[in-house]
Amino acid sequence: MSTSVKSASPPPSLENLPGAVARPVPRGGWRRALRRDWQLYSLAVLPLLFFLVFRYLPMIGNVIAFRRFEPGGSMFGEDWVGLRYVRMFLSDPTFWQVFRNTLWLGGLTLVFCFPIPIVLALLLNEVRRRSLKRFVQSVSYLPHFLSIVIVAGLTMQMLATDGPVNHALGWFGHDEIRFIQEPDWFRTIYVGSEIWQTAGWGTILYLAALTTIDEDLYEAARIDGANRWRQIWHVTLPGIRPTMVTLLILNVGTFMAVGFEKVLLLYNPLTYPSADVISTYVYRAGVESNSFSYAAAIGLFEAVIGLVLITTANTLSRRTVGTSLW
Amino acid sequence: MVKPSRSYRVFQGVNGVVLTFVVLVTLYPFANIVARSFSGERQIRAGEVTLWPKGFNLTTYRIVFQDSMFWRNYGNTVFYTVASTVVAMVLTTCYAYVLSKKNLKGRGVLVGIAVFTMFFTGGLIPNYILVTELGLKNSVWAIALPNAISVFNLLVMKAFFESLPTELEEAAQIDGLSTYGILFRVVLPLSKAVVATMVLFYTVSFWNSWFSAFLYMDHSDLMPVTVYLRNLIAGATGGGNAGAGTAELSQVGASIQAVTIVLTALPIICVYPFVQRFFVSGVMLGAVKG
Repeated sequence: MSTSVKSASPPPSLENLPGAVARPVPRGGWRRALRRDWQLYSLAVLPLLFFLVFRYLPMIGNVIAFRRFEPGGSMFGEDWVGLRYVRMFLSDPTFWQVFRNTLWLGGLTLVFCFPIPIVLALLLNEVRRRSLKRFVQSVSYLPHFLSIVIVAGLTMQMLATDGPVNHALGWFGHDEIRFIQEPDWFRTIYVGSEIWQTAGWGTILYLAALTTIDEDLYEAARIDGANRWRQIWHVTLPGIRPTMVTLLILNVGTFMAVGFEKVLLLYNPLTYPSADVISTYVYRAGVESNSFSYAAAIGLFEAVIGLVLITTANTLSRRTVGTSLW
Repeated sequence: MVKPSRSYRVFQGVNGVVLTFVVLVTLYPFANIVARSFSGERQIRAGEVTLWPKGFNLTTYRIVFQDSMFWRNYGNTVFYTVASTVVAMVLTTCYAYVLSKKNLKGRGVLVGIAVFTMFFTGGLIPNYILVTELGLKNSVWAIALPNAISVFNLLVMKAFFESLPTELEEAAQIDGLSTYGILFRVVLPLSKAVVATMVLFYTVSFWNSWFSAFLYMDHSDLMPVTVYLRNLIAGATGGGNAGAGTAELSQVGASIQAVTIVLTALPIICVYPFVQRFFVSGVMLGAVKG
């Protein structure tokens, strides 16, 4: 299907952020705008209500991190307790353990799940037979469409003691490994299943960016005597750099929120030492143990770090390579 | 055309091997799980099942087909998906249309309100308290309302509306159509492609979701089928109905997870070949600054 990919320079970025090309807003106050466009504004009422209630109210709801909260009472808590809950989690050894685990999983995800789609896209781009390329793409996108529960189920079945992985280990005379129960294996399993699920789909934006690279650039490089490798290095990679940077910023932004649902599905008390991350700890502390204020304090900490990370990455990238989300 | 160098031809060969490997690694788990679901208990436990069923056996399928909870949960999935998609489409379409009006006063603020939530959210606990205090638990609203607008989908739709020629709407306005009339009788009929894509995006994401239901539903007969499967793989339930003989029980124990995975994934895999291209074009629509 054709898309509105433009041939030249505008960098593919993930947002259509406001402001850039807005036509001059007609003069006149709010009263006039309301009188003229009240029907349009009326269409925005329900969506705004949604954002207010289900996005901004919970943000404000985070005040319970600094207030005593009673189930059944006000969602904004009963009275101020200052930094009590923050001090509590800072002195909680489990918090530091899940914090370390989060950094580990987030770091590994970034190191493996970010570059692999780029490599895969470059490989796909070199395929000359269109039908073959299409087939590989279709197959590799498939896992993206499955529920994460199914992905977790498949992962566990593959790694079960009677599953094919242990069967293959048997050929080499290796003893069976209880992958799902071993804390040492969790990170490998998590990252592996993440790659399996996301690598193919992750190529889409790169492949789109690759089609926008001007053929003339390759022609010029050939005339200058560049072989295929040098063409990739000097033409292809710079061509997809804006996409790479944009996706890197987004990846850094979700660093702390590492696949909460997947961890929740794949871990168990035996693997907590390496698998338990901030978000799953927040879930257990809050929803399962009813320590809502304590859990909200940790959750807020995570969200703020996430916001700081994405802002920093965005600023750094704007200053150094000139690509940014906003 | 310059003849490709020798090393490049070697590369082409290696590339073919690597991509074949990618295809095999992606497909193998599916083949194995299907084989496992049709296999006998002894062969499964011995780890003999790889690509083809061994000791062909349909007991577990029979048991799962008779499990009323499984079908009730499947029904819930359909109901939750349809209801949530309808709510999401109404809200997303309305807001995207408003945001696409470049001359609208306050448009920047309206866009900002939506985009900011991509980078900062309230988090699990305040959301949980909110939904609980609103009394939405154990109803479809707990699933539909908190996820009613995906900002990514909103931006895709907004970009599409912005690309429509403004002359048509201006003409319709001169003909005396109200804003609602323009949206329903001019804009939406021109936007069938993007509407279809958005419906698919929402349908697949609600169909696949499990956590909202897991969080907000208290009874197993309210769960979607994804939570049924989750409870099975987490070992929280044995699955199937009691009353079977011992031999049947151990057969079920060996392949119930495989059977449930197959039955849950089947609808998605069946429609996948037909909807895949819509997803690809939808994602690019959202990604490429037009």
